[in-house]
Amino acid sequence: MTETDTAPPVGGDLRAGPRFRSPIRGPWLTAVLGVVLLVGLPVVAVTGLLDYVAYGAGQQIPAEVGLLRPPDFVFPLDPPWLFRLTQGVHVGLGLVLIPVVLAKLWSVLPALFASPPVRSAAHLLERLSLLLLVGSILFEIVTGVLNIQYDYVFGFSFYTAHYLGAWVFMAAFAVHVVLKLPSAARALRSRSLRTELRTPLSRTRPEEGGGDLVADRPAAPTVSRRGALAVVGGGSLLIGALTVGQTVEPLRPLAFLLPRGRVPDGPPGNDFPVNRTAAAAGIDPSAVDPGGWRLELTGGPAPVLLDRARLLAGGPELPLHTATLPLACVEGWSAVRTWTGVRLRDLAAVAGVAAPTAAIVTSFDPGGFGRAALPGARVLHPDSMLALHVEGHDLSLDHGFPARIITPSTPGVQCTKWVRAIDFRTT
Amino acid sequence: MMRFRRLYGAGPGHLLVLLAGFAVAGYAAQLLLDDPSALRILVWFVAVAVVHDLVLFPLYSAADRVVTTVSGRVRRARVPVVNHVRLPLMGAGLTLLVFLPGIIRQGEETHLAATGFDQQPYLGSWLLLVAVLAGVSALLYLLRWAHAAATGSR
Repeated sequence: MTETDTAPPVGGDLRAGPRFRSPIRGPWLTAVLGVVLLVGLPVVAVTGLLDYVAYGAGQQIPAEVGLLRPPDFVFPLDPPWLFRLTQGVHVGLGLVLIPVVLAKLWSVLPALFASPPVRSAAHLLERLSLLLLVGSILFEIVTGVLNIQYDYVFGFSFYTAHYLGAWVFMAAFAVHVVLKLPSAARALRSRSLRTELRTPLSRTRPEEGGGDLVADRPAAPTVSRRGALAVVGGGSLLIGALTVGQTVEPLRPLAFLLPRGRVPDGPPGNDFPVNRTAAAAGIDPSAVDPGGWRLELTGGPAPVLLDRARLLAGGPELPLHTATLPLACVEGWSAVRTWTGVRLRDLAAVAGVAAPTAAIVTSFDPGGFGRAALPGARVLHPDSMLALHVEGHDLSLDHGFPARIITPSTPGVQCTKWVRAIDFRTT
Repeated sequence: MMRFRRLYGAGPGHLLVLLAGFAVAGYAAQLLLDDPSALRILVWFVAVAVVHDLVLFPLYSAADRVVTTVSGRVRRARVPVVNHVRLPLMGAGLTLLVFLPGIIRQGEETHLAATGFDQQPYLGSWLLLVAVLAGVSALLYLLRWAHAAATGSR
């Protein structure tokens, strides 16, 4: 192809010519974007599955998933930031990859209109699998992006749809990788990345060879390949910069377009994100008034009632314990704070249960997350506690006053607020 | 084997891989059969692909063509202006797409219940972000132009 062939119609022709005229579209660019997604998307999928595991047996949503269940193991409690890491990577990397997914779809769109639309049975089936692939990745992105912004316009269960959609995606993605790996490898070898990164706009030429992706009558380039890759990377950086504040404290103001870029002003020590306010949970302030509130411990020979003064009194039986632990939500935000309270295992001993295998925590919150089952390992962990103070101050009502559960490496919704009772089980 | 290839259009491995993929996807889908919102989920699944391919893509391509055409008219400029218009537009479009619920205040009630905040600040913040992107791009253009004027065309 000579220089003259690629010259554009003068003045940018809007009327005629093929629909797809980008001079940089081609198998090489598609393959480069594909490699980024080949590395990134499995990480998003696996961390998503780990988040599902972290909810723990019996508390995973959706519950009925047949064979599509990751191995049931007790999510590790150590390091205490493990859940913070997996959910942060799942949401953060998922968002950062959006520009790459959009660029990848842009790069292959001519294939959608290829003619003839169906060349063989094999081609038809492969196109159907691509509908599943594109539908599922966009479905996962859209439901995830809406969920972290509390927009439930779709009107179905986010958990169910996002979880099952992920399996459709993983299946379609695996098929795509197996079928396309050979041609992607060939495309990657067709040009040198190092050379491309040194090629300015003035020397940018269309890719050689035909195929559905390379334009028949390419327009004059307005951006080099390295420029296009920089634009995609820049988009990812922009999204990353606007997201990282959800989880990295000093950068919190940077997440100014996301709900978790904002924290309540106070009271002192309570300046971290609230999930579900006391008003939304319908908490009656008189029910949690320290004058009348009693923590009920059951599971032992007889129920034990403790008031807040007793819990705060310390002593050999129920010493006060302080630990720095993250509060991390599956929606992609987290905050690390120093909590003070009494250990769950000490409470179990006071209740008369020597070796609990589980604990059921109930809250004054009548909603679905007003009850959580903690596996035995989580009850017995030396840092697992019923927290009364955060950063040396009383918990605010929105953060679960008079007492909330804090345990290492645990989804935030299981760090039950406004605790009313704990039932220690031994079976 | 040749006969299979002629009839199907690819080797048997191709068919096996696809069937395995469809089986897993189909298994995931059938778990929804008893779900009252199964149809809604299916509609959203197809709609996101259709809206991307047949609405979003033509829209941004058309917008890009307008930008390229209009900036092509100032071709004699020492520094091409096209990417200085394109990039802030792309940044604005991308952030609008990702942060749309807050910007258009959709889901205000659940947002308030979950966080204790309304969605009032997002639109203003987003507009400021767009202004900063456009401003930085314009500033860079001026710098490039000044550099070209000082060194280039004499």
